Amino acid sequence: MMDSVGTVLLAMLAGSLRVSTPFLFVSLGECLTEKSGRINLGNEGVLVLGAMVAYATSYETGSPWAGVLAAAVAGLLLGALHGGVCSLARVNDVAMGIAIMLAGTGIAFFFGKPYVQPSATLLPGIPVGFWSDNAQVRNALLVCPLFLLGIAAAVALHWCFNATRVGLRIRIVGDSQDAALALGLPIDRTRLLATAFGSALAGIGGAFLSLYYPGSWNEGLSSGQGLMAVALVVFSRWNPINCIYASLLFGAAGALGPSLQTVGITWGYYLFYAAPYIVTLVVLILTARGGRSLRGMPGQLSIGR
Amino acid sequence: MTHAIGVEAIGIGKHFGSFHALSDVSLKVRPGSVHGLLGENGAGKSTLVKCLLGYYQADAGSFVVDGREATIARPADADALGLGMVYQHFTLVPSMTVAENLVMSRRNVPGVINWRTEIDGLTQFMQRMPFKVPLNAVVGNLAAGERQKTEIIKQLYLERKFLVLDEPTSVLTPQEATEMLGLVRGLAHSGALTIVIITHKLKEVAAFVDDVTVLRRGRMAGTGAVKDLGPTDLTAMMIGEPHAPKDPERKGTPTSEARLAVTALRTADDGGRKGLSIDSLTVRAHEIVGIAGVSGNGQKELVEVLGGQRPYASGSVMVDNEPYFATREQSQAHDVRVLPEEPLRNGCVPPMTVVDNLNLRSFDTGAKKSWRWWLDRAGMAARGQSMIAAYGIRTPSPQAPIGVLSGGNVQRCVLARELDGDVRLLIVANPCFGLDVKAVAETRARIMAARNSGTAVLLISEDLDEILELADRIVVMHDSAVVHEMPAAGADPQEIGRHMLGHH
Repeated sequence: MMDSVGTVLLAMLAGSLRVSTPFLFVSLGECLTEKSGRINLGNEGVLVLGAMVAYATSYETGSPWAGVLAAAVAGLLLGALHGGVCSLARVNDVAMGIAIMLAGTGIAFFFGKPYVQPSATLLPGIPVGFWSDNAQVRNALLVCPLFLLGIAAAVALHWCFNATRVGLRIRIVGDSQDAALALGLPIDRTRLLATAFGSALAGIGGAFLSLYYPGSWNEGLSSGQGLMAVALVVFSRWNPINCIYASLLFGAAGALGPSLQTVGITWGYYLFYAAPYIVTLVVLILTARGGRSLRGMPGQLSIGR
Repeated sequence: MTHAIGVEAIGIGKHFGSFHALSDVSLKVRPGSVHGLLGENGAGKSTLVKCLLGYYQADAGSFVVDGREATIARPADADALGLGMVYQHFTLVPSMTVAENLVMSRRNVPGVINWRTEIDGLTQFMQRMPFKVPLNAVVGNLAAGERQKTEIIKQLYLERKFLVLDEPTSVLTPQEATEMLGLVRGLAHSGALTIVIITHKLKEVAAFVDDVTVLRRGRMAGTGAVKDLGPTDLTAMMIGEPHAPKDPERKGTPTSEARLAVTALRTADDGGRKGLSIDSLTVRAHEIVGIAGVSGNGQKELVEVLGGQRPYASGSVMVDNEPYFATREQSQAHDVRVLPEEPLRNGCVPPMTVVDNLNLRSFDTGAKKSWRWWLDRAGMAARGQSMIAAYGIRTPSPQAPIGVLSGGNVQRCVLARELDGDVRLLIVANPCFGLDVKAVAETRARIMAARNSGTAVLLISEDLDEILELADRIVVMHDSAVVHEMPAAGADPQEIGRHMLGHH
């Protein structure tokens, strides 16, 4: 009994480390964008496009890292498009985000058709569990370098928001348009760049999907991680470090079903599969009780005004 | 510290389309003085300072700064000359700390901020200041007076030599205002800074200002040293006619029965702000109860509860001895009316027409409050027209969306609607906010007339003079609770001020 609990927990840890990475990247990207006072629902499209571009580039060049870079660039461009259009007068960022989401997936499916069959070079895992002679442990602790990169990105973003000129400027633009105008900050340009770089991070999240886990390219690759990331940012309270915890929690919840399967519990597979979404609902309900406004929310977000 | 500089504006003109906001206005501010810029709303005060600070380009005239002619095309030019402004709507970033706000306001912020050295430097700077603010406090949690001080500290930190304060005392308690203006005057007379104060309040001018310039409808109405001018001269310059009588006539005495009774009211905390905690508050017919308090001490929340915009956790609100939840049926049955804060946001539908907005209380009822299916368009238009005429609402057309009206006219619209017909209970929050001197007198007279005809009035106001003038009874709120209650007759403003600050 203890043994199977241990197996499930280990499998959930492994699953968490694996599944959380795209959530982490997209939520960090979304966090950066929202800190500047804009919402980008298009990151779901960026995620899918990033996955396709990464896979195709890795297949064509043989280098998975070139694929990661290409995914980031694709995200950057799509994000810049979103940011640019939203800078125009009377463009609603939520509606535009949905358009970008559909456009991103559409472009990815259109250009990705030839890459469904061939197999590209994938990213290697880092054996963090080398010290153990238990194969399960070693397998669980085979960590993708992108996960570590994501942790580093979260710490860097947190530092950037608190101790760099550019980070504080992003916060000013996102929190008070009046203050930004009075300080003479370029509001549209700041938001454009924050959106573009946020989307670049989301693109890297897509590269993880196609180049590490599940590690292939097809049209059903993403199951809404890009949209869930928006919820993750809300309950991370717009704090990049919290994004790490939120993503891990999400990953663990997502790994619940498959982990139970490994010890022979097969009933309710689809129910357990829904665990991350149930966790989202519960956390959102618990953190948003009546009468309170959202603490930490950038003042200029269109959903908050 | 830096030295104060003098600024002169000569023959400034500015028009927007066919509207002449300023014509041939001159302003001379001596170095190291406090200069009052007076005028009613729309007199052109803000346009003038915006030209000076580079937000607008003047069409005619020139500026002389520190003895030299200056071209001010952009805000950055004004900045380089050492000219700064503290806005009525604060421009501090609410989610950041005082230290973060100060550092980010500098022109040369380093790419990576070393907080240890910055905090050390700021602490030393703060020690040289005549007043202090906590560096690590988040600005959003500071009281209005503290924020105002932070704004002024920020200007000093930026080594400004000439500072415009836009209605600096509108959100402060009398003590805070006196303290702040005293500090500002001290700064100016020490030669550190030249100050221009934009204000409506003649009392402040008389006590703290050296020279004044008065604008009326975009033109100069007069200028001179305060010691040579009396209050009557100033008022005459501002509105061209004498002030309304101070002590309005009261008819009828308050009944014994409470029309509004709030008991043991509690609301949930909201984003770090304490929830309401009001043990007892009553308003009777033929009575105006004035709620005094510094902005942000629960008045807004109280109005929201009474207007049905905020749920309460426990306690009771009774109107005519019946539990009251501010539903439409209840407010119509009991004739409860509310003039909320920010009326455009809380009391209007901005894209709907002026006439529609004027009929929001009554469009769904016919004679004797019967339910109505079809709108009586002609009746609504007629009622709207009569309110527009009676309250002097300036609108391009009765069918214009109310959102395009100026703040003062929106205020008039909501006031007209809420005072229309029989009113048994009237809740008004800052009814004269943003109105000019003449409209203020009219509005106060209307509230008094409602009281005299038997309405119970709850007046929430940040303007203590208004409360002293109108109220029969005064209640002071501090920290989301009622802390003091007294009859208005013979009330001492200084004592009220102490309760507003939580000292007693």
